[in-house]
Amino acid sequence: METIKPKLRKYRLFFVWQHEEEEQWLNEMSAQGYQLVKVGFCSYLFEQGSPNEYIYRLELLDQLPSHPDSLAYLRFLEETGIEHIGSMLRWVYYRKKADQGAFDLYSDIDSKIRHFNRMRGMLLLVSIVNVPLFISNLSGDMPVFNIVFLLIFVLFLTGVLKISGKIRKLEKEKRLRE
Amino acid sequence: MAENIVLTEAVYYILLSLKEPVHGYGIMQNVAQLTNNRVNLAAGTLYGALTALLEKGWISALPEADQSRRKEYQITDSGQAAVQKELERLRELLRNGEGIYGDD
Repeated sequence: METIKPKLRKYRLFFVWQHEEEEQWLNEMSAQGYQLVKVGFCSYLFEQGSPNEYIYRLELLDQLPSHPDSLAYLRFLEETGIEHIGSMLRWVYYRKKADQGAFDLYSDIDSKIRHFNRMRGMLLLVSIVNVPLFISNLSGDMPVFNIVFLLIFVLFLTGVLKISGKIRKLEKEKRLRE
Repeated sequence: MAENIVLTEAVYYILLSLKEPVHGYGIMQNVAQLTNNRVNLAAGTLYGALTALLEKGWISALPEADQSRRKEYQITDSGQAAVQKELERLRELLRNGEGIYGDD
């Protein structure tokens, strides 16, 4: 009979441009024996297991996970031992048993750059959506919304710049190697 | 055919792995074995390369007998031609490198 594993719920906020930190945190939790099994908005459900049982990775997909292209991709990953444990819109969470060896999604600079470009495109979209909202609300009598629009715009634009910095670094590296 | 194509290491080893029909995980294992674990293709990179190779027509996906089976891929004639061109280029690289630094 399978014993019921103790669960632990944690709430954390990570922005898209902090995905490396988020990954690191999930892997630190895994090192302590807490294995992520479910994700929600800012919410993470862990199950007590053995320390370092799984390695965790995150990825932004081109399409929603329910899209046929994504389904084909997720199935391909599954064939290589990668388990898809949850997603937030196009943002997906994977894990792979650590005893199956190293787990990375990308093994060359090009695919890393493509992933960052996808992230940047998404952040840029979220950011600029606030511009027309801001303008159309200028004559309105709710200036508090304008502050919100402006803050979101600036926040996500900061994210765009952070990702751009990472892309630039990789492109420099690419001049010398693959 | 003035086009000068330099294959990436991933693409080169994927094409080498597909002389016979192989599925994705088989390619990863084959490449690791061929290179003594020096080249470990990550699943996302492999999938992206396979998608691009299918579009280019250098490999083809075998029709799936049933849904439960893993999808297999195989090199096409134009893929084999690309490998031949690459081999020629690699021989030149080696010849030149060994000619200049080979004695050091």
